[in-house]
Amino acid sequence: MRRQSISFKRKTYIAVMRALMGISVGITCALVVFLIGYVLWKGIPNLSWELLATKPSYLSGRIGILPDILNTVYIVAATLALVLPLGVGAAIYLTEYAKNRKLVNMIEYAAETLSGIPSIIYGLVGMLFFCQFFGMKTSLLAGALTLVVMNLPTVMRTTQESLKTVPTSYREGAFGLGAGKWRVIRTVVFPGCIDGIITGCILSVGRILGESAALLFTAGFAHALHGIFEGLDSAGATLTVALYVYAKENGEFGIAFAIAAILMFLTVVINLSATLAGRYFQRKTRGVQETSA
Amino acid sequence: MRNRKRLMENVIYGIFLILGLITVGCVFLITVYLVISGIPAIRKIGILRFLLGKEWASTADQPQYGILPFILTSVYGTAGAIFIGVPIGFMTAVYLSKIAGPKVKSAIETAVSLLAGIPSVVYGLVGMMVLVPGIRIAFRIPDGASLFAAIIVLAIMILPSIIKVSLTALEAVPKEYEDASLALGATPVETYFRVSVPAAKSGIAAAVVLGVGRAIGEAMAVMMVAGNAPNMPGIFQSVRFLTTAVASEMSYAADGSLQKQALFSIALVLFLFIMMINAVLNFFLKHSKEN
Repeated sequence: MRRQSISFKRKTYIAVMRALMGISVGITCALVVFLIGYVLWKGIPNLSWELLATKPSYLSGRIGILPDILNTVYIVAATLALVLPLGVGAAIYLTEYAKNRKLVNMIEYAAETLSGIPSIIYGLVGMLFFCQFFGMKTSLLAGALTLVVMNLPTVMRTTQESLKTVPTSYREGAFGLGAGKWRVIRTVVFPGCIDGIITGCILSVGRILGESAALLFTAGFAHALHGIFEGLDSAGATLTVALYVYAKENGEFGIAFAIAAILMFLTVVINLSATLAGRYFQRKTRGVQETSA
Repeated sequence: MRNRKRLMENVIYGIFLILGLITVGCVFLITVYLVISGIPAIRKIGILRFLLGKEWASTADQPQYGILPFILTSVYGTAGAIFIGVPIGFMTAVYLSKIAGPKVKSAIETAVSLLAGIPSVVYGLVGMMVLVPGIRIAFRIPDGASLFAAIIVLAIMILPSIIKVSLTALEAVPKEYEDASLALGATPVETYFRVSVPAAKSGIAAAVVLGVGRAIGEAMAVMMVAGNAPNMPGIFQSVRFLTTAVASEMSYAADGSLQKQALFSIALVLFLFIMMINAVLNFFLKHSKEN
């Protein structure tokens, strides 16, 4: 039996489409390799212990990024401490309490809207609301509060996803044993959403590390060394903002690339942990579903 | 005892209700703040002169507040980024969903999410050091910081969103569609592009709209490569986007001045653009879920 061959026109179509796909995939991969390689190549030679462990000094003319590293840590800690209870609470309300379909839709639409608003607008409103209206001035705390609003939808969504995997039979069992709603949430529902909270944490940290436009006008760009509480009360640049300031305003490209290399390294770590956490939790929920079936 | 318990349950219900409504409150607050702070300058300048004025000279003796250059730059810049980014992202998504083996697929997917995680200032820095000089030399122009550089950076930055959303849409296409097409004698590649892609079209449309939203809202990377002069857009002109117009003058505009108020009005215009894009995005997402 001879296989009927397809027409020349169809063959060309297939070849062209295959070539276009190949080129596109090639471009995407080459971009990733180039970006990571270039930043590390330019950045790593500029990294030194002195850069990481000192603050900028006008006397010796050296630049150190320790204050920026600490500011980043403070802002991540403050943001997570505030966004986790809010986001998890909102998710629990949506999946456990809310009965009014319209209200749920409204909340979910609001969350989607929040995740679509560009960070420069957050920065502006954060400046008007937290810095001016609440009189916090430009401070890390004002920046952290702005980031809380930005990351709320993320934490809400990941928690909601993980709450959906808690089997209804668990809740029914607890109710059947006479537990009240709050007790069921505390003892049955809450442990079930730990994985969602962790995923939400990882994603939020990634977003906070990468954020600059929202922080420029809320947290400012000072490089002073502070402890955490004093630091939250005063202005300070995170690593990304410091990168921007050193590259665009001061022309210190060596420092900028060193910071970029650190950020790149952190991005890789965060991506890896997000993937690993996702895989681990997937395996765990599959186990739960099998035993409950 | 029972009354106390019921009271506690109600209090807890109230707390969770408040937490649930926070997102709504935030959206409301952001809208109100932007409208209140954006309206005064528009009223003083006049809406037509503000939106359609071709000249922006906020610090001149006779200040001019026309934001048409920013609006057009944002529109052209976004269109350019979509024009370059969407075909590449779309083709990559088709390859990943239909052709790539599981190992290759997971490797490329990891690479793509890495691309999504890179901070925008890093894109800006690399663009500033590689792309801008590259454009200057390649096209023999005095300065490479231009709309063209911004378009390329934006195209790269929207790539991950486009790949991810189209990939999800393509993977949701029922296998029966493809089997039927293959059984009728179409080759695999023909099946992917003539059956799977049309079946996933609202999801892919959502990917494009998401890309538009990302591109129009990006500030820092664009600020570092676009040159920042308030010119009417031209491909090799130094230009200012809506986002960078807000960011570049905000730090030195005096409180309460017309200049600062005008910056808030620009933010309001940007916000309106984003809200429109969000509405369109929701439409497509709902459509693709129903399918």
